[in-house]
Amino acid sequence: MKINSPLEAYKYLPQTNCGECGEPTCMAFASKLIDRSGKTSDCPPLVKEKKYAKKLKELDIILAPEIRQVTIGVGEKAVNIGGDDVLYRHKLTFFNKTKLFFDVSDNLEEAALIERVNKIADFKKFYVGRNLLLDGVAIKATSNDPAKFAAAVKKVAEIGLPMIFCSFNPAVLKAGLEVAKDKNPLLYAANKDNWKEVGELALEYKVPVVVSAFNDLDALKTLAKTFAESGIQDIVLDPGTYPSGKGLKDSFNNFLKIRRAGIMGDTEIAYPIMALPLTAWMAGIADPVSASYWETVIASVFTIRYGDIMILHSLEPYAALPEMHLAETIYTDPRTPVSVDGGMYKVGEPDKDSPVFFTTNFALTYYTVESDISANGIVCWLLAVDTDGIGVEASVAGGQLTSAKVKDAFDKAGFDLNKDTNHHTLIIPGLSARLQGDLEDTLGANVKVGPMDSGRIPGWIEKNWPPKQ
Amino acid sequence: MAKKMKLSEITNMFGGMNVEALEGVTIEGDIEIDLGGLGGGFDPMLAAALGQESAVLAQHFARLAGMFGYPVGFGASAAAPAIAPALAAPKLKDLIPAKFDVANIAEWTTQIQEVPIGNTSADGGSRGKQVMLGGEKALPFYFDAPMPNRNQVTIDVFDMRIGLAKAVKQNYDEVMDSPGEWAKKNVEKFNADMITIHLISTDPLIKDTSPKDAAKTVEEVLQAVDVPIAIGGSGNPQKDPEVLAKAAEAAEGERCLLASASLNLDYAVIAEAALKYDHDVLSWTQLDMNAQKELNRKLMKQCKVPRDRIIMDPTTAALGYGLDYAYTNMERIRLAALMGDDELTFPMSSGTTNAWGARESWMVGSPLGQDTDWGPREYRGPIWEIVTGLSLALAGNDLFMMMHPTSVAVLKQITQTLFGLVDAEPVDIGNWIGTEV
Repeated sequence: MKINSPLEAYKYLPQTNCGECGEPTCMAFASKLIDRSGKTSDCPPLVKEKKYAKKLKELDIILAPEIRQVTIGVGEKAVNIGGDDVLYRHKLTFFNKTKLFFDVSDNLEEAALIERVNKIADFKKFYVGRNLLLDGVAIKATSNDPAKFAAAVKKVAEIGLPMIFCSFNPAVLKAGLEVAKDKNPLLYAANKDNWKEVGELALEYKVPVVVSAFNDLDALKTLAKTFAESGIQDIVLDPGTYPSGKGLKDSFNNFLKIRRAGIMGDTEIAYPIMALPLTAWMAGIADPVSASYWETVIASVFTIRYGDIMILHSLEPYAALPEMHLAETIYTDPRTPVSVDGGMYKVGEPDKDSPVFFTTNFALTYYTVESDISANGIVCWLLAVDTDGIGVEASVAGGQLTSAKVKDAFDKAGFDLNKDTNHHTLIIPGLSARLQGDLEDTLGANVKVGPMDSGRIPGWIEKNWPPKQ
Repeated sequence: MAKKMKLSEITNMFGGMNVEALEGVTIEGDIEIDLGGLGGGFDPMLAAALGQESAVLAQHFARLAGMFGYPVGFGASAAAPAIAPALAAPKLKDLIPAKFDVANIAEWTTQIQEVPIGNTSADGGSRGKQVMLGGEKALPFYFDAPMPNRNQVTIDVFDMRIGLAKAVKQNYDEVMDSPGEWAKKNVEKFNADMITIHLISTDPLIKDTSPKDAAKTVEEVLQAVDVPIAIGGSGNPQKDPEVLAKAAEAAEGERCLLASASLNLDYAVIAEAALKYDHDVLSWTQLDMNAQKELNRKLMKQCKVPRDRIIMDPTTAALGYGLDYAYTNMERIRLAALMGDDELTFPMSSGTTNAWGARESWMVGSPLGQDTDWGPREYRGPIWEIVTGLSLALAGNDLFMMMHPTSVAVLKQITQTLFGLVDAEPVDIGNWIGTEV
């Protein structure tokens, strides 16, 4: 993004304050454009009226992220990579979390290939209200045989995940493209030897392409520039990922240098970057658990430092789970705490004798409490109090969680402790113990202090429920 | 396919015919190319040349074969893009040379304070070595400026048997009743740079042992090992100042790290003990940069703690349990420090063991049916601790309080690799695609 003030974006807007975008003023809409919570297409006059066409075009150019955004795959499972504007997530947030692609070899027997691809497609882990998933399949032309590669591509394409075609042989890549023309795969890769042929393929089939130059940033930039000038826009950079020693240190520095140059305005290298943590398997580590660990370690380094897409090998949960969680960690928006909607939730089918708990609407807190309760078969009412997505301890300290807020939440949910329960009792988080007296007065009900950690709720219930009158 | 045919047979078959090429024939099967008679030696250049030649030949013959009704495939056709008719005139002609260049960050002007832990005999203590933290002028491992001191790992010891995740406990079971033996094992077997002794039995709600008992435990650990040590209280804000003061007295002259001063206890007592008995102070706050500034300021201005005795712990949340906040908080603190905020220019410490609070690190399996099987927890736990620590290492953390031996080893391996201490046989990654894993 070439501007950072709403005032500058405002210049390009109709300035009529028509409200069609849902914001009261064009200035408010301009701030949304700057923090990238709104898009120019959300402004109907700008899009529809001819007189604004030129401004729209200019605005889109100045609002474009510094790092080009590239799409791989088609349909619902397509992924976007790149699109970042800052070097540190607290400055704005990182967009498009690191995409995790797992390798399959075209040498695999058909059944084994399908099994592995299904495993990639089906892997999931519940986290704050949704599932973390793996993103795609990197098909390696281990055979270097176009027919074999095409056959593997055909099978993988049926499963529907985005694909990376991995070969330095243009004939192999072309064979893959022929059977998956409409799947928008990422071509890996053009290098100093094959760039003409691979570049032509990218142009002909209109697919994104990786340029690759191991530990040679001049060569990498040369390739990217050459491709850009020929009309290829969707470029991904592979500076090489060396798995150990000084090589790994160099790779780390290359990632930093490329992203810094891109964010600081060198458009010729402002593309998403690919990391190859699976080179860990080439580092001579004999034990597969250790090799998986090292692959996860390399993946972690490059999730944090600017790897937009990576190719990995180990599908062991101990390798994949932390990789998925870390990508989520680095790419959640630090500007807005992750939250759930405030309100009354049911765990199981609660009735008038079921206990009533509350927690905050900070997603991590809410889902931890909810899963601790439900996993232990405790049927109850669980009120999520809207604390602007802040956890219990911090919101008590910061004043976002008060007895008035809790009462308000009960009122909004239409739940009355005295009418809707037989026990007239509320169990509050241990970390909000100091609200107990105040809450008893405000709610006119009994208030019991529960444990500090929701993991101890089952033990607490066993001892304290039903409440003695 | 019924019968396979070799190129030589096709050649023979067409021997007497005057056919050059056939148009409009598609190929739908495998072509076998017989490269017999090349001799035993394998010359990659020759093979490559032959490969290209064969592909063209295969294309040619495939067309002929197709004419005679033999099933042939597109594979061969794709192998010879040079003669594929679909290609338009090439747009890519020559490389456009470009030079890569990037500037260092001009705003990073301030060096992080160097803080030593541990006094050797030369400094009036009995430690075999001193640990030095800090000194960075850039984010960790960045090319902008060399990082003078590597990351350090201190392994936990508790003054009583406590509940630990199974994967952790199995490494310590036989030493858990003796803090001295425990410390020794951490150093000798698990390569700890430092030891942290946690005096948790002093908690009134646990055993309420006396500050005097705590001091004895500290003496025991100091006797058992000669690495620098950190002394942790129980976390009870009423009792910790008293316990740490007594422990500091027992460790006089050893330059230990007193953990911790915080805003919710009488930090002045701890600071005073540090100054009186020659120790460092760990300034601990909870995920809040402004609170960290406030506490550091109070330690410096109110309590007169010199800058080279302060280390910060801005709190570690585990991967999946708030690491996003911990990571960003630490990175912001380090960036502010590098840009001159002198209330934040201190080395940082992480209670990396917090990772063991994440259920993914210790639970037998997922409590949720819809999750993919989590696999053996023995392997999940250590990597959870590694990734939690590694993330913070990249955000600017200098000292790691850890527990699992594997986690310690791997975290050291990666941080020392990025630091530039690890030499490894160079790996040729050029053929990663052709390598079977």
